[in-house]
Amino acid sequence: MDQSRIRNFSIIAHIDHGKSTLADRILELTDAVSQREMREQVLDTMELERERGITIKAQAVRVSWKGYELNLIDTPGHVDFTYEVSRSLQACEGALLVVDAAQGVEAQTLANAYLALENNLEIVPVVNKIDLPQADPDRAAADVAEILGDDPDRVLRISAKTGEGVADALDALVERLPAPLGDPDAPLRALIFDSSYDQYRGVVAFVRVIDGVLTRREAVHAMALATTFEAEEVGFMSPERRPIERLTAGEVGYVFTGLKDVSRLRVGDTITAARGGATEPLPGYKDVKPMVFAGLFPTESDDYPELRDALDRLKLNDAALFYEPETSQALGFGFRCGFLGLLHMEIVRERLEREFDLDLLVTAPNVAYRVLPRGGEAIEVHSPADFPSDLEEVEEPYIRASIIVPKEFVGTVMELNNERRGSFDHMEYLSEERVLLLYELPLAEIVLDYYDQLKSRTRGYASFDYDVVGFRAGELSRVDILVAGDAVDALSLIVHRDFAQARGRALVERLKEEIPRQFFDVPIQAAIGSRVIARETVKAKRKDVLAKCYGGDISRKRKLLERQKAGKKRMKQLGSVELPQEAFLAVLSIGDGSRR
Amino acid sequence: MSAGVRHLYVHMPFCAHRCGYCDFVTLVGGDGELHGRYVDAVLAEFELERSLLAPRLETVFLGGGTPTFTAAGELARLLAALPPAKEVTVEANPETVTPELARLLSRDGVNRVSIGAQSFDESLLSVLERRAGPDDVRRAFHHLRDAGFDDLSLDLLYGIPGQGPAHLERDLEEALALGPEHLSCYELEAKPGTRFTHTYGDELARQSEAMEGYFERVVETLTGAGYRWYETANFCLRPELAGGRDLRARHNLAYWLGRDYVGLGIGAVSTVGGERWRNRPKLGRYLEATSRGERPPREVEPLGEDVRRRERLLLGLRLDEPVPLAGVEAALDPVALARLTQLGLTEQVGSGLTLTDRGRFLGGGVTAELLAF
Repeated sequence: MDQSRIRNFSIIAHIDHGKSTLADRILELTDAVSQREMREQVLDTMELERERGITIKAQAVRVSWKGYELNLIDTPGHVDFTYEVSRSLQACEGALLVVDAAQGVEAQTLANAYLALENNLEIVPVVNKIDLPQADPDRAAADVAEILGDDPDRVLRISAKTGEGVADALDALVERLPAPLGDPDAPLRALIFDSSYDQYRGVVAFVRVIDGVLTRREAVHAMALATTFEAEEVGFMSPERRPIERLTAGEVGYVFTGLKDVSRLRVGDTITAARGGATEPLPGYKDVKPMVFAGLFPTESDDYPELRDALDRLKLNDAALFYEPETSQALGFGFRCGFLGLLHMEIVRERLEREFDLDLLVTAPNVAYRVLPRGGEAIEVHSPADFPSDLEEVEEPYIRASIIVPKEFVGTVMELNNERRGSFDHMEYLSEERVLLLYELPLAEIVLDYYDQLKSRTRGYASFDYDVVGFRAGELSRVDILVAGDAVDALSLIVHRDFAQARGRALVERLKEEIPRQFFDVPIQAAIGSRVIARETVKAKRKDVLAKCYGGDISRKRKLLERQKAGKKRMKQLGSVELPQEAFLAVLSIGDGSRR
Repeated sequence: MSAGVRHLYVHMPFCAHRCGYCDFVTLVGGDGELHGRYVDAVLAEFELERSLLAPRLETVFLGGGTPTFTAAGELARLLAALPPAKEVTVEANPETVTPELARLLSRDGVNRVSIGAQSFDESLLSVLERRAGPDDVRRAFHHLRDAGFDDLSLDLLYGIPGQGPAHLERDLEEALALGPEHLSCYELEAKPGTRFTHTYGDELARQSEAMEGYFERVVETLTGAGYRWYETANFCLRPELAGGRDLRARHNLAYWLGRDYVGLGIGAVSTVGGERWRNRPKLGRYLEATSRGERPPREVEPLGEDVRRRERLLLGLRLDEPVPLAGVEAALDPVALARLTQLGLTEQVGSGLTLTDRGRFLGGGVTAELLAF
């Protein structure tokens, strides 16, 4: 196809602002999908995505519109996948920026808009859901125009639900977006903006050809990881798979690589010809590293092999997932897993439970630390259990958080951020009512219950987005929890010195509530090294008897005791103390507000 | 061995009133005519089961309900028709015990009476909806003594809503002042579904911590007064204070030693050989079946050897004498046993296993943990 008749675009939006519905309407309008076979939200393939209303994996769909070839590149909608979003945007020349006519501009709208601007994309702003009774399209249009430095009259008004204005949006894409400008005669350079795994065909790469031609059966080379493979099949999605002979400069499509290992092909890498290929890769490749870690343990220790197999399978589709075996005295055999962020963690956990039918215990999440032990070499620590007690310096990841709230909540948000060791950067009035606050915060402070706190303290009005900005030194210590004198590895945590006392106390108090009384006194302590910072005691039971037991009661009492014993068998051992699993779960999830 | 059961229980369900906390099979009221038909039915069932029983019984126990609420003539007829035994116990509510009744019991072979005193405090008795006042309890006791009874037991309840430590102390003092041979002390249980639990359940839950030490107090006081804490909830005067007599309740001891027993009457349970059955609690169907010379409707539960072993263990550990390990080993979890022994809750005495004093206060949980299956 002549590049001048190609338009490559993404749709970017805050969660629930209607991106998927708009994608569906576009497919319908361009006859890519007949109404009858129209499933709601065709682009979100995974069951989980459909239920959560979010998009995890990007895909690209080619449609025709008035003689033009439009490639819609779907982007993940969440902060954890910023890198993937940025690669998807790099594959485009422009984007539809969707804003909910009732909700207005949100933190993610901004983050994605800025990301698009950084990638030099032409932005076509769209106010969606104008059919809603509470819609205020003029205000939303004014807000979004203000951010983009655009004219409010150029902001389109649509309803993806009814289809109103969607054709105009497609016309605007054709008019306003530049055509691709790659060199068709140069050596092949194709950007991998997404990948997935097919059980039979191996790794599938979604690519945007920038320069040159990608031909079926050609031997090609992924430059960053130096992986060579044959392009077993090339084609595009419409939305079904359509194999073709070649993808040329400016086009978007897929390649079957035949690779059996997803880690050999990374999003952001450049594919070129194995022989006489390009010398310079496309810019922007980054090795994404997990930042949030948690221990995953099967509640039934027999399920360990199933958990391992499930993680192996998930990893095929999710190159960012990291895991290594971990053994806990308290929880047995499991895995320490690394995630891009909290949502990523939740998704992995839900997929393990749902698709693989596993019951999991998930420890409180922590972040990656860079630790310089005294007299040793710097190491990266992913688990509190590995955190050395004697250290010279420790660094923790920091984020740049953007928070948008109605102006009356500014004080509340500042207070929360101060409690969380945040440092104020600046604030902007986005409109008369809404304020953007920029803060820098340790990632560790948001992995627990930050999001929940933010939502509850602002009565649900705050929207939040973040970006990891790097590692910084911090005064951090490991707090151990001792139950009946034994340290419980799964409960150790790493805390800033100023908060160690309070957090230790809170955890100890929580444990006191959760640990049922035993046959002996159970001291619970929080300690830094050998210094105890908080202590509680679960008093021993003084009586536990079945009052009467005569001829008519025996069967019933026997069954009662048998049930009690069966319950004991399911208990987790904390040192010499037995704890029902649910109680352990409650303790581990202390402040786990990461669920959305 | 099924031809030799030596323990017989007879359930007499009639009561003047159903107390709020009660979850036994009881029937309120009824006249002499109905009581008579019930006695006929029990005797008919007795005939049907006679072949299970040994020629000479060791114990007979009439429980309820309120056996002494049964019309006097009918009660006398029943007692006269039942075979004699070394120990014949009847449960009595204090307000039903008149001098005549006491003489009747004595005449008809009863040699032990268990009096449902529950408390000596007017207000606590009214919480329990008991008909008797404290004076009725004392009066009943004296009538029975006057009729020649030298083996009397008192039932006491503790943990009654509103019962403070001083109340408990006074109840124990009052009971001891009567000099009973035997005492049964139970913690009041809020049994699900009773009217009492509906009214007092929350209050009981609230005061449970404050009342945690009551059991210890009961044991301390009674053992201090010369009683043997021979079963979790049962105490008897030591032989040296009772002319050398062993005053343990022999009928109940049979349960705790895992012996077979036959139960007659509605809701009564029997355990014979590898089987346990429970008569259904409906009076009408009981009367109907027995009048036709048939066994009443029953639920039957087969008892495997493993279950019987487990029961011998859980029942035996309620006693102050060690359970012989021979034969129950397979029911024991050795890891739990080692842990509990280390915690000072169980101990091996010779070839038997017993709970330490602390272990007995925690007997339910300790026993549960010991069970292997």
